[in-house]
Parts: sequence; structure tokens; C-alpha cells
Amino acid sequence: MAEKKWPETWQEINPGLMVFKPASARSYLTGGWRAQKPILDNTKCIKCGVCYLFCPEGCITEDAEGYFMADLNYCKGCGICYHECWPRAIKMVED
Amino acid sequence: MSKRIGMEIALAAAEVAALCRPDVIAAYPITPNTHIPEHLAEIVAEGHLDCEYLPVESEHSALSACAGASAVGARVFTATSSQGLLYMGEIVPIIPAMRLPIVMALGNRALSGPINIWNDHSDVMAVRDMGWICLFAANGQETIDMIVQAFKIGEDHRVMLPVLVNLDGFQLTHVVESMIMPDQEEVDKFLPPRKPYATVHPDNVVSMGTLGLPEIYTEAKKAEDEALINSKKVILEVWKEWEKTFGRKYEPIESYKTKDADVIMLTVGSMYETAAIAVDQLHKEGFKAGLLNMKLFRPFPADELKAAVKGARVLIVTDRAVMCGGAQAPVCAEVKSVLYDEPVRPAIVNEIIGLGGRDVRVDDFIKMFKKAATADKVKPERAYEIYGVRSS
Ligand code: SF4
Ligand code: SF4
Repeated sequence: MAEKKWPETWQEINPGLMVFKPASARSYLTGGWRAQKPILDNTKCIKCGVCYLFCPEGCITEDAEGYFMADLNYCKGCGICYHECWPRAIKMVED
Repeated sequence: MSKRIGMEIALAAAEVAALCRPDVIAAYPITPNTHIPEHLAEIVAEGHLDCEYLPVESEHSALSACAGASAVGARVFTATSSQGLLYMGEIVPIIPAMRLPIVMALGNRALSGPINIWNDHSDVMAVRDMGWICLFAANGQETIDMIVQAFKIGEDHRVMLPVLVNLDGFQLTHVVESMIMPDQEEVDKFLPPRKPYATVHPDNVVSMGTLGLPEIYTEAKKAEDEALINSKKVILEVWKEWEKTFGRKYEPIESYKTKDADVIMLTVGSMYETAAIAVDQLHKEGFKAGLLNMKLFRPFPADELKAAVKGARVLIVTDRAVMCGGAQAPVCAEVKSVLYDEPVRPAIVNEIIGLGGRDVRVDDFIKMFKKAATADKVKPERAYEIYGVRSS
């Protein structure tokens, strides 16, 4: 049986809404909240890592070549990386 | 062995709280509960109690620290009054929602403004629907007993809820009373160490205080409501055991001379004892007065209330707070809603009494009884009356 996203009925809820599964927040994909997504342009990127530091979701990672990319499963489309990227290597586009 | 003592009730509350062996006490003193945390600080400082005493900088911090301590499995005690409780306000509903047992002694005091340090129930009524179990002591003995009971009730795995032990400010907190104090051995036997359901600890992963998205908030609230309703079973069990062990009986609604009573009054808290003297005097005059005292307010003892008022022609519900702009005062609003579906029910009179420390004397209660006697024939002008208010 597929694991439930959350308890179906009130009787299935752990007391106090406690969660006993570690790192279970990962299974909640906040990408669904997004209206716009960031596009990172590697030709303009200077690999400074500012976007990585500022992303409130922590969903930006560095690839083998030192460029950065957003994990769209979790990116909420807030545009903070776009705002902080001073070489203007990031633009937000309708998703 | 239990010992009879003469002591200020706030000090006795501190003494008995210490006998319950709390692991953590976080409190900020505020009139009229001050002597409770003050005396506990002394007890800890003198080495009589092995406990982490946190002299925090505010009530908000006090209750926040209590929440954290309870989450790691500690037995936790705190005390406050009035504005202090409101300053805790942000944390108050979070604690039952997280199912964290904590015992709080609330020295009931009027809410400002106008600023007033004296007794009424406007503080507790402001938080009555936030999920705490609510007990009301009528005297010092009940204060002592309820503090011990509260730990046992709240920490039970079928409950896991915080408990408010209400004691009237000044009328109880500052009065010296003759009381029976249990000893350490008796309390230890009745109240074993807390066995937490879950604790925040790196070895046992658990997240507490998780987000309730719209998809789950409704179910979480229902589960919380059910937990509070179901706590009554454990409350009654603990009270039975208390009676067996210590010989003092506790019921959700205590009744006095209600058998064949024509006019019954309901009180909450320490007014009960003054009203009882009025009932005795009325009986001498042949007036069939009866009295009820609500010791358990949350969960609301609906069935006990229905049974207790059976046969009465008139019921006077006393309230110690104004529900500003509301249809009724808080206790009476609930009493009426419980009795609404009863095929036969008494006429109900709502008297708001003793606001901000205003004395309510025996003859005041006699006046209320006599005035209410015709309430089933002549409907009162308003749904409630603020008793004794001066008007031109
Ligand atoms: S902030 Fe801009 S320039 Fe810096 S690493 Fe990120 S995308 Fe590249
Ligand atoms: S839009 Fe917001 S969430 Fe998405 S990658 Fe940029 S900073 Fe992170």
C-alpha cells in the first residue's frame, strides 16, 4: 500500500501531531506552491554561490563544474535568488 | 503521615508543588500568585528540592520554557495571574495542542483595565477554550489536593494535557487556613515519576509542534477536543483514588442541601463557602435553597450539571467575569446551552458577582436567592445582572 501523505482521519493522528519519521518534511514537495521558476544562465554565472546561500528552501545545489541549479521539487518561486544574483545570471519565468 | 498545618494558602501551594518533585519550574511572579514561585525559589535555593528553577524575564518566557521542558520529559510547574496569563497567551493554546503536560497554579485576578490586582475570574475565562483542563479550588485544602491530582491527571498517557488549578486571588492565595498537608512518602506513592510518551532526544527522533496545513488542521483540532473530553474519565479515576488514599472526596460538581431544593445556586471557586452560610440561614427561614460548586470546568461536566439541577424550580448561575457585549456571562452561557435540550429545566438567573475584588457577603447571597425565587413567573429584564452595581 502506498504510504499516506498525511493521516486520513482524526483517529489516525499521533498525539499532539507528533511526527516520528525523521526528515519527513522532505516528502512534502513545496514546488507545487510555485508560480514562477528561476532560470540560471551559466554563461553569465561567476560561481559566487550567493544564490545558494540566500535560497530560503536550501534547494540550490552546486554541480560538478561549480555551477548552481535549483531543485524544482522544492523551489517555491520566491525570486530571492534572482534578486540577490548581482551578475544578473538568474531570471524568473512563468512556470 | 499527613499533618495538619496552619499556613498561607499560596505558601502551602508552593510546599505541595515541591512535594510533587517537579524537574523544572519556570515562573515570573505577579500579584496575587507571587508567594508561590517566590517560596518555591526558596525551597530550591535551600537545597530541599532538586529542580531546575528558571527565573525568567517574563511570563511569555516562563511558559515557553515550560513547554520545552515538558517536551524533553520533565515534570513542570508554573504559576501566574491575570495579565501574566495574558502575556503567556501566545503559548497557552500551543501546549495542549502539542499534548504537553504542565501544571499551572492560577491565582485568579481581574484583568486590567482599569488596573486591578484583586480577585475575579476574567483571567481564566479568557483562556477557557484553549484546551487546558480547568480545576477550581474552593479553599486551601482543595488547592493542595488539586495540585497533586493535576500532575497525575495531566501526565497520564490517556490525557497528556496541561492543567490549570484555579485559586481565587487574595480570597485564597493570601489567607491563612488550617489544612492537611500530605508528606513526601504519601505524595511519592500517589504520584510516581513522570513517564513521558515521547521526548525530544537525539536518540529517539520525534518532531513536536509540527505544521498543521489546511489538509490536517481540522482533524488535529478534533483530536485535541476529543482528548480533552476524554480526560474526564481519568480525572474521575484520579479523584476516586485520592478519596481512597486521603479520604477527601472530589466530584465535578459538589452539591450542598440540594435535595428537595426549590432555588439552587451555582458557584465556581471560593464563593461557595460564603454562599453555603447563606443557604444555612435560608433553611432556618424555611426557604428551600440549595448550592452547587463547579470544581471541574474543563472538560465541562454537562451530565453532572443536568443531574444536579433536576427538580429545581429556579437556578441562579453566578459568574465572576463579564463577557463584554456577549449574550450572557461565560459560565451561565454554557449552563444554558447544556440545559437547553432538557425537557424540564429550571428558570435561569445569571448574577455577575465579585468583580475586581468586590466583596460578596452572606446577606448578598440571601438577597440573590430571594430575588430569584420569582424568576420562573416574572422573567428578568435582562439575560444577566451585574449584582450590586451602583447606577443612577
Ligand atoms: S548568485 Fe548568480 S552568479 Fe552567483 S552563483 Fe548564483 S547564479 Fe551564479
Ligand atoms: S526562487 Fe526562491 S526557492 Fe526557488 S531557487 Fe530561487 S531562492 Fe530558492
